[in-house]
Amino acid sequence: MSEQTLVAEDIIKTRFGEAVEADGRKGYEGYLVKREKLVEVATALRDEFGYDYLSSVTAVDYLPEDKIEVVYHLFKSTGGPSLVIKVDAPRENTSVPSLVPVYPGAELQEREAWDLMGVKFEGHPDLRRILMWEGFAGHPLRKDWREAYFEEEGKPFKSRWPDGHVYRIEDKNPFAKNVDYPAGFDPESWVPEGEAALYAGMGAVDVGSNLRTDHVVVNLGPQHPSTHGVFRMVVTLDGETILKLKPVMGYLHRNHEKIGERNTFLQNMPFTDRLDYLSSMSNNFGYALAVEKLMGIKPPERAEYLRVIMAELTRISNHIFAIGMFLNDLGAYFTPALYAIQERELILDIFEAVSGSRMMCNYFRFGGVARDLPEGVLEKIRSLVVDRLPRKVDELDLYLTNNEIIRARGEGVGVLTPEQAIAYSAAGPVLRASGVPYDIRRADPYSIYDRFEFDVAVRYHGDVYDRYLIRMDEMRQSLRILQQAVRDLPEGPIQEGKPQYQVRVPAGESYGRVEGPKGELGYYIVSNGKANPWRYHVRAPSFINLTALETMAVGDKIADAVAILGSIDIVLGETDR
Amino acid sequence: MSNEFNTPGYDIPPEMQGQVAITTLDKIYNWGRRSSIWPMMFGLACCAIEMICTAASRYDFARFGMEVMRPSPRQADLMIVSGTVTKKMIPQIVRLYNQMPEPKYVVAMGACASGGGPFKEGYNVVSGVDNYIPVDVYIPGCPPTPQALLHGLITLQKRIDAQSIKSVRWYQKEGTEVVPVPVLGPDIMDPREYELIRKVAAEKLQKEQAAAETAAAPTA
Amino acid sequence: MDGLGIIKGMGVTLKRFVDTYLEDIRWWGKRYYTREGVELRSSAKTRGIFTVQYPEEKLITPEEFRYIPFLVYEEGPNGEKQDRCTSCGICAKVCPPQCIWIVRTNDPNTGRPIPEPAEFYIDVDICMNCGFCAEYCPFDAIKMDHDYELSVYDRRAKNIYNKERLSKPVSYYASIRPTNYAREEKARAEEAAAKAARKAAR
Repeated sequence: MSEQTLVAEDIIKTRFGEAVEADGRKGYEGYLVKREKLVEVATALRDEFGYDYLSSVTAVDYLPEDKIEVVYHLFKSTGGPSLVIKVDAPRENTSVPSLVPVYPGAELQEREAWDLMGVKFEGHPDLRRILMWEGFAGHPLRKDWREAYFEEEGKPFKSRWPDGHVYRIEDKNPFAKNVDYPAGFDPESWVPEGEAALYAGMGAVDVGSNLRTDHVVVNLGPQHPSTHGVFRMVVTLDGETILKLKPVMGYLHRNHEKIGERNTFLQNMPFTDRLDYLSSMSNNFGYALAVEKLMGIKPPERAEYLRVIMAELTRISNHIFAIGMFLNDLGAYFTPALYAIQERELILDIFEAVSGSRMMCNYFRFGGVARDLPEGVLEKIRSLVVDRLPRKVDELDLYLTNNEIIRARGEGVGVLTPEQAIAYSAAGPVLRASGVPYDIRRADPYSIYDRFEFDVAVRYHGDVYDRYLIRMDEMRQSLRILQQAVRDLPEGPIQEGKPQYQVRVPAGESYGRVEGPKGELGYYIVSNGKANPWRYHVRAPSFINLTALETMAVGDKIADAVAILGSIDIVLGETDR
Repeated sequence: MSNEFNTPGYDIPPEMQGQVAITTLDKIYNWGRRSSIWPMMFGLACCAIEMICTAASRYDFARFGMEVMRPSPRQADLMIVSGTVTKKMIPQIVRLYNQMPEPKYVVAMGACASGGGPFKEGYNVVSGVDNYIPVDVYIPGCPPTPQALLHGLITLQKRIDAQSIKSVRWYQKEGTEVVPVPVLGPDIMDPREYELIRKVAAEKLQKEQAAAETAAAPTA
Repeated sequence: MDGLGIIKGMGVTLKRFVDTYLEDIRWWGKRYYTREGVELRSSAKTRGIFTVQYPEEKLITPEEFRYIPFLVYEEGPNGEKQDRCTSCGICAKVCPPQCIWIVRTNDPNTGRPIPEPAEFYIDVDICMNCGFCAEYCPFDAIKMDHDYELSVYDRRAKNIYNKERLSKPVSYYASIRPTNYAREEKARAEEAAAKAARKAAR
């Protein structure tokens, strides 16, 4: 433990006394806070200590100890390492005070913890299920909850080898489907709860006018051409003006975390590809960092450079695609997207040559990368980042940036102030477009980003147009990093030690985060020393950025909701996980 | 062009070849349909991105007459189920399928849509969209590359080519069956299976009670 | 609000439009339906028409491309097949979605396992094409295929690939992944030489 953290520990101990206690478990960090003191401690940490940014809220089910622990990761928006606080709660009637009054960014995350882990947050303004539907039986991330196709606690399954007579698991289910019902359940008497709770919250709003108008509730999605997948917005409208907006998600909830806790550590790597499927290399990066932190290893130099090259190429391909799709949302169907996809295809060709797959790269390994660059690929990367992409970014700039329609649709629409952006835990381009120069590559550097010269892109209006501009800026900065990385790429090994499929991960917890193209992508991992993680949680930027969606959209027109959503740039695979 | 239609076995004078074709009504009917399949603009997950790429300039499925992607199911012929089908989403998918007019086709793109894929074991994942709606072509891969998707669409065209106007289901008297929309209960419920659900749940209850009794027996 | 931005933007599209014809003239006859044409359109220099007209022409598959795995067998001089797979089960253990099923062969006399799979299945409705099986196979027996044209009408009958469906000869492997193949063969030859040297020394 360094000098500095020791001092910080003393300060916190003296400030809060009995209310907090340092987490003394081996491999753990942070403080255990008494349940009834949580709000008080959090408020003081925010106001007195500067931990104004709540990055991640999640819960861990410690079944053997018969408790559930809620874990909060706090950061300072001026940069620096994390402060972790934890609250214990019993497994029966689990409840914890809600932190939404202190950190509004906790809203969706607390709903998720309620939905999947069954933690009641006292004082939460709208505690409904978020990823599953109302009425679903049980809280699936509890360790004693089992799905219909449950086979074994951990992989590999014994039925596969050496006596692996193949069958389809549905053939063992009485319904030949992935379903299971409570004992004695009668479908005829089932009254679906439906969405009464949701619509109850969408009712009429007092707009403070003497004119009596009817408000209309409109559903956009889940099948809607502008929602970037299966996302749904429920809006209350006064004429065309948005009075209320609630995001509804979970239509692509693929149970990453439940499956991830059954997988071995390495097996999770290809699953991370499928979180934010537009930027799989960045997802790999965050997960590799989190596990490497636990294992206490570092990749060799060349691998670090390759990682940075791939992550920055991913950022460009993601941003250029985001801009193309954003223009689609504005109605410029489909030419800007075609131009953007063309450049993306060329970047994907590099990924395909290096990793074997266009989208699902699965390229990172603990302590290195899967393979070295094949012959000729470095030249192609060089010709792209030195010559073609700078030209194409300029061309896109000329093509779109000063287009009067884009400016008219974007300027002053969907404004998020810097204070709001921090409070709502917005991350990435959304945060920086609101004038907060917070980039993890600078604020809390990881890998070898401290070696490169680049500027943290920042814009100050916080509107849709600035969120478009910031992606342009970031592509240019990424190109700068890439040019340096390609220039300096050293020779050498690409993997620390021998590649192995069973890694030993010591017990403990770790939170690895990277500046993904969508924002802060974090992985919270708890290991108990076994082959598979005890807890595997993803802090998904697409998901948490949506917390601020209502604030951005209220007061604007319904057509702008589509533009605002496009400017946040969500990917549903990550939002719903 | 006309050579494509010719039914073998008829002698066409050499000077008229390329201008005249002797063909069947089926061939004309199928040619017209397969050359203008309009997919629904409907993406679910990762595969949807590859579907967008297939629509974009490099692969360009406009070459197959498929560029008119309709956001409304009422105007679409083809549903490309592009990605993981979840239990929360399946009621909407069934509803969209029911809203599509005949003739309609379904392509299950990728492992997830075909059989659940890597997420099959998940509690919110439907292991194969064909559990609810009929599927014409399955494309393996995770995700299928755009070229694999094009191959799947060509496979679908071949299937259309083999159909006959006399036997296609949309000209039969009984018409097309409407798929009942699944209900979100404690787990997803198919209305066609209520009887079975009740039976299995009752058996489960009995088993649990018996287990509780045996557990209680030694103490008694 | 003077419309200049829109006009400049249209200039970009116009330039692209003109480029299409200039490129076609410049590469007259070589741009389409040739390998070098496809390469040109996939390079960083590409301008003009970007479309690769599948199925008449196909993108060039990079060597590392992965789709569904396949099993490699050695061909004997008389056409007999010798599986490289020893049914050690590492691929089944490392497979993230657990889609590989292996039945080990047991010697009928001794009951001890012999290094050859009796049955080998991959459920391609589950396979996520991650490539771990090929990466961690110590015998270079399972590799990722380049064939992506696998669409079927009936998944239940066809999409669990058995050993017969999965097996492909070494020559095929060498043809799709020449660099990897050469590297592996070299390593194997070196190992064999080292073994022989050790034996001779003893």
